Amino acid sequence: MIQVQNLKKVFGPKIAVDGVSFAVKKGEVLGFLGPNGAGKSTTMRMITGFIPPSEGSVSIGGFDVAENPIVAKRLFGYLPENAPSYTDMTVQGFLNFAAELRGFAGKAKEAAVERVAEMCFLGSVLAQSIETLSKGYKHRVCFAQAIIHDPEVLIMDEPTEGLDPNQKHEIRTLIRRMGETKAIIFSTHILEEVEAACSRAIIIDRGKIVANGTPRELKERSQTAGTVTLVLADAYGAFDGSATSVRGKIDNLSRVEKTVIVAESPFTIRVFPKANPDSSADDLADALGQLVVDQRWPIRELRREEGRLDEVFRSITLSDREP
Amino acid sequence: MKTSPVITIAKRELGGYFASPIAFVFIVIFLLLSGFFTFMVAGFFENGEATLTTFFVWLPWLYLFLVPAVGMRMWSEERRLGTIELLLTMPIAAWQAILGKFLASWAVIALAVLLTFPFVLTVNFLGHPDNGVIFASYLGSLLMAGAYLAISAMTSALTRNQVISFILSVVLLLFLIVAGWTPVVNLLGQWAPQWLINIVSTFSVMTHFASIQNGVIDSRDILFFLSVIVFALFTTSVILHSHRAG
Repeated sequence: MIQVQNLKKVFGPKIAVDGVSFAVKKGEVLGFLGPNGAGKSTTMRMITGFIPPSEGSVSIGGFDVAENPIVAKRLFGYLPENAPSYTDMTVQGFLNFAAELRGFAGKAKEAAVERVAEMCFLGSVLAQSIETLSKGYKHRVCFAQAIIHDPEVLIMDEPTEGLDPNQKHEIRTLIRRMGETKAIIFSTHILEEVEAACSRAIIIDRGKIVANGTPRELKERSQTAGTVTLVLADAYGAFDGSATSVRGKIDNLSRVEKTVIVAESPFTIRVFPKANPDSSADDLADALGQLVVDQRWPIRELRREEGRLDEVFRSITLSDREP
Repeated sequence: MKTSPVITIAKRELGGYFASPIAFVFIVIFLLLSGFFTFMVAGFFENGEATLTTFFVWLPWLYLFLVPAVGMRMWSEERRLGTIELLLTMPIAAWQAILGKFLASWAVIALAVLLTFPFVLTVNFLGHPDNGVIFASYLGSLLMAGAYLAISAMTSALTRNQVISFILSVVLLLFLIVAGWTPVVNLLGQWAPQWLINIVSTFSVMTHFASIQNGVIDSRDILFFLSVIVFALFTTSVILHSHRAG
């Protein structure tokens, strides 16, 4: 539904977006990640046709945004950064206005406004002026205008920014639900959001795409992905050994590449598996479990690490910035 | 019936003027000032003439401050609130948004001007004025207001700051006024060649408003105001576009 090809934006001497290409299909929720100033908003604005790209093209549902703007714009809903709205209007008035610009009239308009008011829990504030509303409500008003025509494509710039945890949860649930039938792209710098709502994520840094994959694939790029962490009660006297002897016994396992003691109390050790295609983290966990049972160590925890997105994010977006 | 985006946007904009005190304040101040100038300063009663010249002669100056006060928020407010991003990603053409907003502001000014109808009643009650001339003057003053407003729209597209937008607009309009104002023309006449003076005063709203005010509806004068409107609104679209292009 969304095709972005080699998008580039130059502001004076600064290259804000540099050759970004990706595609989003129906039924996909794409999370657009990146540090502040990475070019997320600029990319979104080019996708929606708000700013023209310096190079490259965007097509929505097969229509080029630059050549066929009005047709392309009908297909998507857009929630801009900071969720702007006409604060002097009532919620009802604003939604009516958005519906009319989207080509609704009469009964269909009423139905559309009613539908989104219900979806976004705005029923109780319809007659209120937008400026009197709290930030969360303002946000949902702008969100409501984005989905008023039940678009096939939804583009959202930081849809959960500034919301409280409950509201964040609501919006994420809504995104995930709508993602089953629509093509959705949203930007965020909250990593948990990506795991909670996205089927795919792109990390962008200084205008370039630096990673593209499912949240799981991205996590696997983490250094700790595939390692196993073992936590034992720290009363060494209770079992035969000390930190060194425990470590030694683990090191002797055939599947172990190396171990790192993460904490002394409680005794936490991270075990890295041998880089061997037929030995997985699960096998390593099994072997460790067996060892714990054999040695009768007072075990507190044994877990496989799936990797952490924040770690991947940091290592990717900081790696070439260190002196 | 689908409503044209121009109408939808104009309706919203009008709602915005009347939701805030802007429209009321503008109308009241306009009526007070025009009454003051017409009756107190220009001496409507003392003249003993059955005309509204004393009213219309002040309009170019009254508009100089009051029209930018209406127009200054037109685009700067959209930019400040960020709603411009919503508006221009709707399935509409930019010119529809520009025209819709312009028409709404024009309507507010027109309402204020038309509310001066008691002047017309007064002068008709007291004497036998040439109502054709009065009608022409009203038409001319509305066109002139449109030209002023289009220039305010243009300056408001330049900045998100309404004060800057207002000042820029007043300065530009001042140029358009004084270019043909008699004292300035006389001053220029002391050294500039006649052809230059003619060109400069052609660009003045004064020259064109003066002839309409005399009851002469010349297509050239109407064309002048309309071309200022079209040119300024076109420039507005160029500014809005280039601003987004970075």
